[in-house]
Order: sequence, then structure tokens, then C-alpha cells
Amino acid sequence: MATRGKEKIITVLFWLSALVITAILAGIIGYIVVKGISAINWEFISQPPSRAGKEGGISTTIIGTIYLTLVALLIAVPLGVGAALYLEEYGRKNTMFGYVLKLTAETLAGIPSIVYGLFGFVFFVIFLNMGWSILSGGLTLAIMILPTITRTSQEAVIAVPQEYRSNSFALGATKWYTIKRLILPAAAPGIITGIILSAGRAVGESAAVLLTAGSSLGMPLNITDPARTMAVHLYILAIEGISMERAFGTALLIIVLILIINYLANWSVRKVVRQ
Amino acid sequence: MKKNKLSEGLVEILLRISAGASVLAIIIITVFIFYKGIPLIAKVGIIDFLFNLKWVPTNGSFGIGAMVIGSLAVTFCSLVWSVPLGIMTAILMAEIAPPKLADVLARFVELLAGIPSVVYGFFGLIVIVPFIRNHLGGVGLSVLAGAIVLGIMILPTIINISRDAILAIPKEYKENSLALGATHYQSIFRVILPAASSGIITAIVLGLGRAIGETMAVLMVTGNAAVLPDSLLAPVRTMTSNIVLEMGYAAGDHQAALFATGTVLFIFIVILNLAVSISMKAGTENGN
Repeated sequence: MATRGKEKIITVLFWLSALVITAILAGIIGYIVVKGISAINWEFISQPPSRAGKEGGISTTIIGTIYLTLVALLIAVPLGVGAALYLEEYGRKNTMFGYVLKLTAETLAGIPSIVYGLFGFVFFVIFLNMGWSILSGGLTLAIMILPTITRTSQEAVIAVPQEYRSNSFALGATKWYTIKRLILPAAAPGIITGIILSAGRAVGESAAVLLTAGSSLGMPLNITDPARTMAVHLYILAIEGISMERAFGTALLIIVLILIINYLANWSVRKVVRQ
Repeated sequence: MKKNKLSEGLVEILLRISAGASVLAIIIITVFIFYKGIPLIAKVGIIDFLFNLKWVPTNGSFGIGAMVIGSLAVTFCSLVWSVPLGIMTAILMAEIAPPKLADVLARFVELLAGIPSVVYGFFGLIVIVPFIRNHLGGVGLSVLAGAIVLGIMILPTIINISRDAILAIPKEYKENSLALGATHYQSIFRVILPAASSGIITAIVLGLGRAIGETMAVLMVTGNAAVLPDSLLAPVRTMTSNIVLEMGYAAGDHQAALFATGTVLFIFIVILNLAVSISMKAGTENGN
């Protein structure tokens, strides 16, 4: 009887913990939506900031965020997918090189973003003389998301049925032809999921971006121009107390972007499962 | 035919290069972080650098002791509440909740993981800091505020890895325990959790690594005074915050000291990660 009473209490505690998690999530998103919605209008999205962000919109930071994310993906996706194909399709996973690569990916995934920022600053910005730019930031972000893209691509490639390969080889197709025409199309939804998740990470990153792309409010046109992303803009607006209203608006736009990215990722995961 | 063979070989070389890119990246990262940081540590002396509490970079006094303790204090306080909460949620999702509800919870956890750290920092600055200031005292920017924000941020890591560890336990363990007359909860606490313990420890260690390395969110809510905190309500500066705060204007030895702080963080995180992956490898070998 005593155990039964105790078990009831434990059950309540377990459910309470889930409730706390849900409340935290709902609280954060709800609060930012309620406080931020009034700041958002067409002008906020389409106009550049003026007076250090006190007035105007955030258009240049939206462009900066998209630009930087695209550059990072453009660099990291071919490398990550290539690495996955090499490990899985060329049978290098269980070699010494494969083990080193696995350790490398795990280590890269664990390095704090501020250390990436320091590295990007000293290597890309200073040593390679790229300055604070979309290029420096994009290269730094690319290294940060490389482990995710490699791992998700590996999983996607593994999931392709073995018969695809044996049938294709039996028909006399070469390895690369098989990969290009059969493996990659079949693995595409899984690979795309990884790309979407990495885009989310790139959009939200701030510490590393601040040190490598700078915080200039101008419109980034060239890849060598500095840029301020939405995340960095939110940080500066809030910490320097420039405009809380605009900070809420920026935070809301970031959350909306992350929710869309999350939804897209789940949608493509479901597509993979259906396959 | 010959041309075909040639292009096949070329493709393999290209793929090998892309696989090598991450190895190259980690080598360059290590070299450059060390090259910028180690000379200053050598000059100041490792003991003095890590434990000296005096950080007056303009005066040539480079001790990050207060920041090391700051990082550890905020991290420890965040683990104190997020570890129990995270593990309980993981158990609920894996063992108790109906699968559909567990999936919904998993989506929530995914969203928590997706929210960027500046957004957490902003929420902390706007909601948690004033709450502490008004109801508990002090300026609000504090160890406590940092611990609350960080705890939320590492919950997804703890929940996901613990849940996977619990789900990986063979069903027979539980079935046998239930067949022997144990209740569901007795099976959970006496059989499943001990069997999943190495995975749960991994979850905690990775959460700790994430907390130590987190920057923007902590920076925005902890007040950043480079002195030892004397209470939970006192402001504190972490190693990561110190780098962002001073990188903008630091030069010479001062800048080198910030890189040296990065070197310390880097070494600490790499050791944590290697320990986890080696012990996981040992774990799977034992399991077989």
C-alpha cells in the first residue's frame, strides 16, 4: 500500500516535469510573439536600420542572415555529402581514416561557437586577410555545420537499399554513375533534412558571426562586405538598450524563421519515413 | 573506357578530399588557437593564468581565475536543476507516456533546441533578470539568472541523449523484471536506469560541455563583473563572456590573453568529448 502511494507521487512528478518543459517553451515563444507582433510591419522588414537601429527596419540584417547562411551551405554541403559518400560508398568507414574522421566530427561538433569565432577571426579575418566579411563568416559557419551535414548524409546514404547498388553494378554501371543516378536521388530527402537543420544553426549563430562577419549595418552586396545578421542585431539592440521594441520584433522574426525551418525539417523527415 | 576509368578515379580523389576537409579544419583550428594562446600562457605561467583572480589586462595582470570559477559556478548551478528535470522527462517519454504524447514532447524538445542562444539571452534579460531583481534582490544580473537560462538551453541535450539511452535497453530486461513481480516503477529504477546509466552520464557530460561553452545567452544575463561571486544573486563573468566583451578592442598581450582563454576552453571541451567517445566505444564493446 505504501509503495502504491509512493508510485502515485512519482507519477505526478514525472508528468510535472513534462509540464514544466512545455510551459518553458510556451512561455518563451508566447512572450516574444505577444511583445514582438506590434513591432512587425512591412516597413520593419523592408527598410534598412537608421540611427544604429533605433529607427527604421532590419532589412539589411535579414539580407545579411540569408547571404551568410547560403554561403556557409554552399561550402559545407558538397564537402559534407562528399565525405559521407566516401565513408559509406567507398567502404572507408571501418578503416583508420574512417575512425579519425568520426572522432574529428565529434570534436568539431563539441567545440563552442566562441572558439570557432576566435579561430575564424585569427585565420580568415586576419591571416588570410579576408577582413570582417560574409566570406569569413560563411567559411567559419561552414566548418561549424560540416559535422551535422556529414552525419545526416551518412545516415541517408546507409538507408538506401543494398539492391540498388548490386542491381546497378550487375547492369554494368560504374560506381560514380550508380551514386549519381541512384544513391543520391534516393538519399536526397534525408540529405535535405540535414541541410535544413544546419541552416537553422547558421541563422541562430551569433558569437562566431560577430567575430568573423562583423556588425556593420550596411547592405552587404559583395561577398567581401561585412554584415550584421539578425541574431547579432538582436544582441546589440538588447545589450546596448538601443530599442527594446525593435529587439522584440527581431526576436520574433528569428523565432518565426526557426519555426519554419523546424517545420520543413520535420516535413522532409516524414517524407523519408514514408519512403 | 579509359576515359571512364580516369573520371572514376578523379571522383574518388575529390570525395577523399572532401572527407579530409574536416580533418584539415580541426588541424588548422588547433594550430591557430594554440599559436595565439600558448605563448601568453607560457609567459604568465599556467598556474598564475588559471588561478590568479586579478584580471586587469590594461595593467598587464592576466589571471582568469575569477572567470574560471564563474564558468564553473554558472554551469554547476544550471546542471543542478536541469539534470533531474531532463532525466525525469526522458524517462517519461521513453517509459510512461503514450507514444503519441511522447512524440509531441519530442517535437517540443526539438523546438527548445532550435531556439538560438541570443533569443534565450534576450528572454532572460527581459523576463528573468527583472524577476530576480524585484523578488529576490540584487541587480538581477546574476549567477542565478545565468543558471536558469543555461539550464533551459541544455535540457534538450540531456533529454535526447538520456531518452535514446533508455530506449536502447533491450525489452527483455523490463519484461523479466515485471515477470518476477516487480512493479513498473521498480523496474524503471532498479533495472532500466542502472542499465542506461552510462548513456545518461554521457548526456550530463555533453550538457556540461555545452553549458561551459555557451556564450551569448550567459553574457546577456550575468552582469559580467570580473570578480568572484559571493552569492547566487551576485553578478559573474564567464570565460566565454570575457572573450566576446573584450575582443572588440583588445590588442597585443590583452588579445593574446583572450585567445589563451579560448585555448583553455578548447582543451577542456576536447578532453570531455574524447572521454565520452572513448567510453562509449568501450561501452559498446562491453555490451557485445
